Amino acid sequence: MATRGFTGRRPAAADAQRLPPGQHETHDFPVLSHGPTPYVDLASWRFTLSHGPRPLASWTWDEFNALPQTRWSGDIHCVTTWSKFDTQWQGVAIDDLLAAAGVAAPTPFVLARSHDGYDTNVPFADLTAGRAMIATRFGGAALESEHGGPARLLVPHLYFWKSAKWIEGLRFTNRDEAGFWELRGYHMRGDPWREQRYTNDP
Amino acid sequence: MSGDRGWQTATIVSAQMRTPRLKSIFLRAELEQHLAGQHVDLRLTADDGYQARRSYSIASAPGAALVELAIERLADGEVSPYFHDVAEAGDAIELLGPIGGHFVWRPDDAGPLLLVAGGSGVVPLLAMLRQRAQRGITEPALLIYSAREWGELAFADELQGYEAADPSLRIRFVTTRGPAQRTQDLTQRLDASSLAQQLAAWGHRPLAAYVCGATRFVETIASGLVHCGVDAGAVRTERYGGVA
Repeated sequence: MATRGFTGRRPAAADAQRLPPGQHETHDFPVLSHGPTPYVDLASWRFTLSHGPRPLASWTWDEFNALPQTRWSGDIHCVTTWSKFDTQWQGVAIDDLLAAAGVAAPTPFVLARSHDGYDTNVPFADLTAGRAMIATRFGGAALESEHGGPARLLVPHLYFWKSAKWIEGLRFTNRDEAGFWELRGYHMRGDPWREQRYTNDP
Repeated sequence: MSGDRGWQTATIVSAQMRTPRLKSIFLRAELEQHLAGQHVDLRLTADDGYQARRSYSIASAPGAALVELAIERLADGEVSPYFHDVAEAGDAIELLGPIGGHFVWRPDDAGPLLLVAGGSGVVPLLAMLRQRAQRGITEPALLIYSAREWGELAFADELQGYEAADPSLRIRFVTTRGPAQRTQDLTQRLDASSLAQQLAAWGHRPLAAYVCGATRFVETIASGLVHCGVDAGAVRTERYGGVA
């Protein structure tokens, strides 16, 4: 249905190819969180891999930063329709975390859990094969707390609510358990190229 | 909670300027009844199929005959200028919703209730206060509403009407670049210490707090509330990240 009188402002052809449907480019880095920004003390920070309630491996901040580092740069897409191009991240790939822990994924489902009680579900297939990391640096600097620092999940090929801020661990679950936004109307997977924004999207 | 009826066509019934930059659009739409605080997505389509999509908070109370959205004109915007300069009564707009299950208030939620708005962030909070007034709820409520100057405080007359009619509702306007119109109002940018003063003067500890506005404002207020001893889990935020 054409909207009377709407012409729109089209991105350049090269940019348009990088934009998933319904997205537009922003040069800001908007902040979206469901509550106050928690300030996480590095001295007591821990990152824990677990299978259900059972810990598989755990790292302090110093131990975590001694793990192999991965860099990724590319585009990120927020469900609120902004996309940001050419973002630069550094952190520890999920593959390297599992290798350091000496474990294989015990289930195909993961719940990423944050210090403020937020969680979000991500299929393990979306976290492995170099597709995701626990990011601690953005644009060459330590990740700011309002953007999820000291560490956040980065799953750039899914809508950005999946990239949980202030992450404290990944929990393998025996079934695909809905997280915070997924319980509140948002899609279980969140692929921007398929425009999986809300529960009933395909 | 997520627009179970899918995209539908809504019709613009009327429009009204609320401030020089904020315009209310009244839509006739077959929506499920929304919760105060929820938003809808609008989708505009050009003749060649190009589409733009944005989320807008609902200003109207749940159950209102028309859905009211209040759209701020953003200088470099793509969609908001369309609603300010082109759209008119009778136009059809595609709409999805209502959406959102976190930044919502229900009339039977426990109080006291604290609402803090920066600029157009007042819109979802207005839906809450409208519903609260309709239901005659008298749990204590405080709205702190900040804008640059008095003329940018949308809905100020309506809000003062609710306050005059309801001793349990307290409103403090903040004008950061212009004079106050009422002696009880503030002219300093809100920070943790002025927030603490306002909470102390109110005399209630909020069981639920909703903070909506631009990113920097929301960061300041939400952190300030936690600093004042409000449980972080009771503070719900919604940020307008400067997206056009």
